[in-house]
Amino acid sequence: MPLTNQLRDDILAAVPNLRAFAISLSGNTDRADDLVQETLLRAIANIDSFQPGSNLPAWLFTILRNLFRSDYRKRRREVEDAEGTYAQRLKTQPSQGVHLEFEEFRTALDKLPQDQREALILVGASGFSYEDAAAICGCAVGTIKSRVNRARSKLGSLLYVESADDFGPDKTVRAVIGGSNG
Amino acid sequence: MPAGGSPAGGNPPGSSNPPGSSNPARPTGLTTEIQARIGHQLRAMYDEVIRQGVPDRFATLIRKLDDPDAPKAGGSETEGSA
Repeated sequence: MPLTNQLRDDILAAVPNLRAFAISLSGNTDRADDLVQETLLRAIANIDSFQPGSNLPAWLFTILRNLFRSDYRKRRREVEDAEGTYAQRLKTQPSQGVHLEFEEFRTALDKLPQDQREALILVGASGFSYEDAAAICGCAVGTIKSRVNRARSKLGSLLYVESADDFGPDKTVRAVIGGSNG
Repeated sequence: MPAGGSPAGGNPPGSSNPPGSSNPARPTGLTTEIQARIGHQLRAMYDEVIRQGVPDRFATLIRKLDDPDAPKAGGSETEGSA
């Protein structure tokens, strides 16, 4: 369909959600915004292939996800080290309690296999149904469900099981210190 | 934003109880509490970005692309084919 004003508004309205998805995937705001920009350009260029009345956010997410994955494969070889330092950089930043929790969560999220991470984000944060998430990722609904379950288990063990035994008190103390200083 | 179907959770964002104090979590299963915490943290991280709204660069981009008189953003102007 042609790019109507309504469609333009709908695309713009999806931008915050697209950015949140891109940042969750890449862990990097600049890279995420580049991804969103490329997604918008592709969407507009291919707007004729969008079916009126179908799920516009899901369509846009599919474009972004595919861009990220092709980009990711390239970058993984080139800058694996640089990417790996992201979590490290977050860890060393002094922070307030709430943000410390964010950072630990991000670090854990970063450790998930990409398939699991994107499934968890789509279903658990972006608000897509399992069916929509499956369409976005080009896989079966059952596959999405199992990826989400495995992602939750892994996060649970990274954040709450190991840490309860090994790092729990330290984590708590740091959170308290960060919170009272802030 | 549509609901994801997970419980909204009762813990306020700032609360940081030591995890696993009442029930040491098993390696394989997830307690409801841990599931809720994961869901809560995931959405908290996500919503922080959502709250930033639409950055100007994207609003400008869409507006330019929509307006045939405006210069194309990010692209060449040599797309003349039918």
